[in-house]
Amino acid sequence: MGLKEKILTKSLYVFHLSSGSCNNCDIEILDCLTPRYDLERFGIILVGSIKHADVLLCTGSTNRQTIPRIKKLYEQMPKPGFVVAFGACGASRGLFKDSYNTGAPLDEIIPVDAYIPGCPPKPEAVIAALVKLIDKVNAKKKG
Amino acid sequence: MKILGYIFSFLVFPGFLFSSIMGLLVGWVDRKVTARVQWRVGPPWYQNFVDVVKLLLYKETLIPAGVSAGTFFLMPVLAASSASLVSTIMLMVNAFPKSGFIGDVIVVVYLMIMPSLALMLGGFASANAYASLGASREMKLMLSYELPFILSLVVPIMKSGFAVKFGTIISHQHASGLTIASASGVISFFVMLLCVQAKAGFIPFDMAEAETEIISGPFIEYSGKALGIFKLAKAILTFIIPIFMITLYFGGINFKGWGFITSVLEYVLILVLMILIKNTNPRVRIDQAVRFFWGPLTAFSIIAVVLAYWGF
Repeated sequence: MGLKEKILTKSLYVFHLSSGSCNNCDIEILDCLTPRYDLERFGIILVGSIKHADVLLCTGSTNRQTIPRIKKLYEQMPKPGFVVAFGACGASRGLFKDSYNTGAPLDEIIPVDAYIPGCPPKPEAVIAALVKLIDKVNAKKKG
Repeated sequence: MKILGYIFSFLVFPGFLFSSIMGLLVGWVDRKVTARVQWRVGPPWYQNFVDVVKLLLYKETLIPAGVSAGTFFLMPVLAASSASLVSTIMLMVNAFPKSGFIGDVIVVVYLMIMPSLALMLGGFASANAYASLGASREMKLMLSYELPFILSLVVPIMKSGFAVKFGTIISHQHASGLTIASASGVISFFVMLLCVQAKAGFIPFDMAEAETEIISGPFIEYSGKALGIFKLAKAILTFIIPIFMITLYFGGINFKGWGFITSVLEYVLILVLMILIKNTNPRVRIDQAVRFFWGPLTAFSIIAVVLAYWGF
């Protein structure tokens, strides 16, 4: 684990993007910051602007309206940045898979680094995904 | 050699490097106390260092389309350099009260405006609607808090026989009682406490960079190194503001023996008071802030000046 990876994974600024979510996942994201789980312990905070972010946290079923916006936001994120697909919809469009207005799953639009399954995922699942993301960043360094 | 000494004291100790480190530690105190107030655990002590090192060394710095890159990147440097100049002057004056010059209070007041000014110009240069909105709010906020700030600053100056010099203010307080130990001193202390709350951009008056409302305002287009330097400037300012108030109201920082512990306690008291005001108040609107500063606070500071003139 190099110094760069250590510093990158100790201070993850999260930008929360809702691409047509039903708001359940968005509530669970806020749950992670409340006293019971308190992700600020690990240096994770929500930021308002994509230009400050390290993690693009994408909830929702990526409908046709939001796909160009997702691409634009991914391009605006300062690199190195990571993409996390949040919830069943973010991972695979969930039960809106055959809907007329969901174009493509998130990982066919932009590269995704970690998936958080669940509808909505529990905060424990979010923390587990975080550990996976950190492991992946460190593995990239080795590989 | 003298020039080298000045450069060293500006860049390393007690200037930029030292006050950045102290400012980031103070920023951690802010985050930790905030977390404890909200019944959370809060980040570890090195969190702000990690954040700033990440922004300065490892993140990409983006230049938005359509900005004038010169102004856009000059402003964080301007903010950080004027903030560290304030901190150099304040710490030198506290360590060696004779080292100041006549009018250094006025110089410090002007230099403390510079970070807000840089934030404003940076916001206007960002070619972003939210940044412009935040910058215009910052401008209105500055116009509103500077009036009671200067008026309450007049009280310690009057108390020390109209000396516009930190050294004389400190030595006069040692000779004939602290400014805070008088009626006018108490009133102007609390007025100034609320004014520096706005100067530091703390919550009841953080409408310029409201994260949930105009997504960080002037900071919105800043990324990487520029954002990191802005964060450092803000940290230095937050570090130096309680020292500024200790100098004016509690007779300066005492570096010898038990006096140092008392000074540290005073510092922590002012800092925690600011953080608690931040955590127990909602953000006010800009018109409410202007009315608050130009109404009751200006009235209180005028009362304090009149009381100080009468010798209370």
